[in-house]
Amino acid sequence: MIKRLLAVWHARNLEFIRDRSTMIFVLFLPIALIVGMSFVFGGKERPLFKVGVLAQAVAPAAHPFLRERFIDFVAVPKEADAVHKVARHSLDLLIDVNPPVRYWVNPSSPKGYIVEKLLLQADPSAHRQPVSGDAVRYVDWLFPGILGMNLMFGCIFGVGYVVLRYRKTGFLKRLHATPLTAFEFLTAQVLSRLGLTALVTTMLYTGISTLIHFHSAGNLLLLFVLMLLGSLSMIALGLTVAARFSSEEMVGGLLNLLTWPMMLLSGVWFSLEGSPEWIQWVAKLFPLTHLLDAARAIMLDGAGLETIGGDLIYLAVTAVAFLAFGAWSFRWRVE
Amino acid sequence: MIDIGAPRSYDPAAPRRITDQPVSPPLLEVRNLFKTYPGATPVTAVDGVSLVVPEGVCFGLLGPNGAGKTTTIEIMEGILGSSSGDVFFRGEPIGRRFKEEAGILFQKTALQDFLTVRQSLTLFRGLYSHGLDVDEVIKLCALEKLEKRDTRKLSGGQQQRLLLAIALVNDPTLIFLDEPTTGLDPQARRNFWELVQSIKARRKTIILTTHYMEEAELLCDEIAIMDRGRVIAQGTPRALLREHFDEVLLELPRQEFPEAARGLPLKVIEASDRVEITTNDLDGTLRTLMDAHVPLKDLRIRPPNLEDLFLELTGKELRA
Repeated sequence: MIKRLLAVWHARNLEFIRDRSTMIFVLFLPIALIVGMSFVFGGKERPLFKVGVLAQAVAPAAHPFLRERFIDFVAVPKEADAVHKVARHSLDLLIDVNPPVRYWVNPSSPKGYIVEKLLLQADPSAHRQPVSGDAVRYVDWLFPGILGMNLMFGCIFGVGYVVLRYRKTGFLKRLHATPLTAFEFLTAQVLSRLGLTALVTTMLYTGISTLIHFHSAGNLLLLFVLMLLGSLSMIALGLTVAARFSSEEMVGGLLNLLTWPMMLLSGVWFSLEGSPEWIQWVAKLFPLTHLLDAARAIMLDGAGLETIGGDLIYLAVTAVAFLAFGAWSFRWRVE
Repeated sequence: MIDIGAPRSYDPAAPRRITDQPVSPPLLEVRNLFKTYPGATPVTAVDGVSLVVPEGVCFGLLGPNGAGKTTTIEIMEGILGSSSGDVFFRGEPIGRRFKEEAGILFQKTALQDFLTVRQSLTLFRGLYSHGLDVDEVIKLCALEKLEKRDTRKLSGGQQQRLLLAIALVNDPTLIFLDEPTTGLDPQARRNFWELVQSIKARRKTIILTTHYMEEAELLCDEIAIMDRGRVIAQGTPRALLREHFDEVLLELPRQEFPEAARGLPLKVIEASDRVEITTNDLDGTLRTLMDAHVPLKDLRIRPPNLEDLFLELTGKELRA
């Protein structure tokens, strides 16, 4: 038994070593993840909380609270913008250290609650200010993120693995013998998945919003159009990976490479407020970032087409670009 | 007469004979095809193949495993690119029109999971601009009782019948069958042959690869024998046999052919389980064998077939 086991083990090792693309990828992903994480949560100590300071720059000497550890202090010059960020959970707390010391906190934010305790310990005289406008519950802020993440995984993995399986079994090769073109085949896959995603997301939206008593501030039809365009872009993105490769390891790895950074950097779980500017710029490349920014704007702020039009255009353009690239690089058979 | 070696070729640029009939190009023509698979030791699978397939014939591409049949047929089908050489359909490079008019049965094909026989046929019918009615194809390939069955639950023979039905769904003028009966039991194989004969009766052009000589003898009007990526003989089966044999064949079990008899002045070919002696002097050969005390109780005398032709041409058995 050991002999057989060793023989299989050896053969698998050889296969892995010879499959260079997979090997490079397997080595690359953890490095990319580590590098990515270190930038997002960079520094010696990973801050747990994000506090806005009403100033052009943060000066720790200005107030004892600004010397607390594990808090990321971000300078925010404009009061109105900063208060809005507190309401939208982009900042856990906002402080103005010029006497009399004032602070703003979202009463529904769990992190805000803890940071407030720390602040009052450092300075019991600080005055709490009302958060103007609707303070959004944390769960409301998270809701679009969860919907978006689910949509992203469904779209990218759903089509990616199906096309890979078709190629491996030879079904794609059989289709190639017919007049069907790559673009037709891919479009059919996209549309099939789009219908499914629309159905599932609508069901999830209805179910969860009933459960948490959520009411969208904006137009639901606009939200639906946004969801369709976001799904289209991400399905097409999944197809660009599945268009060519025949190795499960390779495709699985590449799909992970696409989804993980999106999950971390698109604002599903936490805001990128205060992250280095270039990280925020990279995040803006991801379709999920545009989908979530626009979804939050509609659902929480009641934004209309004029506000999220740019995001819609970005999603539509990337969908067409990914699909065109997928059709161009498409392979019908195992090379 | 048949021509062997330099294949006939259609050259649109060549001066044409002036006749009352318009000169129409052959249905399919392959010109000087090469295919090399790159690698540390590059493998040349197709090594200068030229073929002409006239309309309405069943054309057999014969050869042992690894002869280059499947590579050649897949290049003809437009599925695989060649390293060099051309394929013409009705005198034009193969393109979209070819795909509309060709029906293909690959050596191995998986269908989409969870679909029934009828749904699979409907899927493929939907990919062509015109073709047969799905009901008609189901009847033609005797799939009536299976039409609601999941395609994954079909037996080997049933699966091949479905794949043939899919190849026929666009009512093709040209049908490719790549080793269609490999792996089938004798009954399923005979059933499949009957189906192919009924398609032949509809005056369709068929290109068939096989390593079963009886299949080729039964179905093919014209054959090309391939070995090591080359066509080594081409013509009608009867003409090829007449060309290479004016003799009969004597078959003896190998163990009954003593070492001492190997020195006899006879034309002997040794196969794995038997020896074959070709002769046009049957009486003289029998006398020679009896004089050498070769036991003749298991002796068989028969006319040569395509299997013998292959053995004669390559010194190898077809199924080796």
